[in-house]
Amino acid sequence: MSMRVLPVGEDALLVEVASGEQAEALHAELVRRRAAGLLRVREIVPAARTVLLDGLADPGRVASELAVADVPPAPPREGDVVEIPTRYDGPDLAEVAAHWGVREQDVARIHAAAEFRVAFCGFAPGFGYLTGLAARYDVPRRATPRTAVPAGSVALAGPYTGVYPRSSPGGWQLIGRTDAVLFDPAREPAALLSPGTRVRFVPAGTAGTA
Amino acid sequence: MTDRALVVVRAGALTTVQDRGRPGHAHLGVPRSGALDGPAAALVNRLVGNSADAAVLETTLDGCALAARSDVTVAVGGAPCRVTVDGRPVAWCAPVRVPAGAVLDVGPALSGVRGYVAAAGGIAVEPVLGSRSTDLLSGLGPAPLTNGTVVHLGRELAPYARVDVGPQPAPPAELVLRVTPGPRADWFTPEALRALTTRTFRVSSASNRIGLRTEGPALERAVEGELASEGMVLGAVQVPPAGRPVVFLADHPTTGGYPVIAVVRATDLPAAAQARPGTPVRFVTVRGR
Repeated sequence: MSMRVLPVGEDALLVEVASGEQAEALHAELVRRRAAGLLRVREIVPAARTVLLDGLADPGRVASELAVADVPPAPPREGDVVEIPTRYDGPDLAEVAAHWGVREQDVARIHAAAEFRVAFCGFAPGFGYLTGLAARYDVPRRATPRTAVPAGSVALAGPYTGVYPRSSPGGWQLIGRTDAVLFDPAREPAALLSPGTRVRFVPAGTAGTA
Repeated sequence: MTDRALVVVRAGALTTVQDRGRPGHAHLGVPRSGALDGPAAALVNRLVGNSADAAVLETTLDGCALAARSDVTVAVGGAPCRVTVDGRPVAWCAPVRVPAGAVLDVGPALSGVRGYVAAAGGIAVEPVLGSRSTDLLSGLGPAPLTNGTVVHLGRELAPYARVDVGPQPAPPAELVLRVTPGPRADWFTPEALRALTTRTFRVSSASNRIGLRTEGPALERAVEGELASEGMVLGAVQVPPAGRPVVFLADHPTTGGYPVIAVVRATDLPAAAQARPGTPVRFVTVRGR
């Protein structure tokens, strides 16, 4: 894996890799090293093609260690798949179906058949950027973002699926809704989804349908 | 039962509860938050005998007024201002005893932006992910104070400091921010990099707890196109498409898609929190640690 290690201020490093899969693998390896006591860092923040290490005591030493690091592919995740019951009745269903070149009712079938992983979180507490759909199902953001997207909206943008933890402005294409609570600070853990979590969307009936 | 509390008589433009924030949750999209002028918050805590991680009130430009439900020791610091108890002037940046029923008035900032009010025992709201801070970006923590809000206080732990006044730096007439270039300096033209460190910017009135926005020369990009979202740090100087740099403060988003041209040293950020709109800003390059 070829990595570019960029210094960020006094005590952080941004490690850039070539792909989302590599970022997931690097993130898994860095989390493993921290758990094993080999890496002391305040924050490990994965993103689309980078992992940020923030709050390093000795960024110079970590940078030289990373330069020669052997990063194995992301290990298969142990543990459960988080299931998100979803009513596929979003206002952008027709638009997404047109992008995909399928019928509207096929969007749910295709989306619910995929296994997703949380590549990274951001935008809002508990908002995960989920990958798992084939590249041919990428969709653009809406030309004009909505001023208010309801909490629980299941949405697509680029290669990602996301679920809005609370009502907020947003430009993603809305394909459905869930009642799942994505983020609850009173719950342990607060976030339903964290980087690496496996996720499936399970079609849930709307009133009058199965 | 004791009723250790302050009742908000005048909430001011924006008064929030702040402590040292909730670092460690950035990977879940949770901003760090916390007092923008950390040293000022720590000082008023010390003045009333609180631990450094006790929660205080952070005011914005025009202070606030609070009625004490019980005798309480307070200290007001940060942006210099006139402080009164029931209309009588009392010391700024020193421990002050407010008797039950009296009103503490924190006047408008004479200079600077953010005032800090510590009360012995600390502000006792329920912590969220280990912090009592109000996070204005994501809505975590207590809502900003409104008139009538009852602010409960914890038990006094230690005697207040036996000092008359705690010295604090004056808010900056010119804000000098030392920066380390990168991580995305290569997304900008050499002219833009030169402009960042040779031209004068001004603090924009659109600044808030999320970022110190600037007005001034637009920084031109060498690389077009979109940057994939990446992790953001406190003090990151992010440059949105309009080209005016934004310095990320405590409530900054954990990831962002605009390139970061440089990062401000953490020790210079408290001064950034006290710089008023219109204050000249200079970015000065430092390298290494």
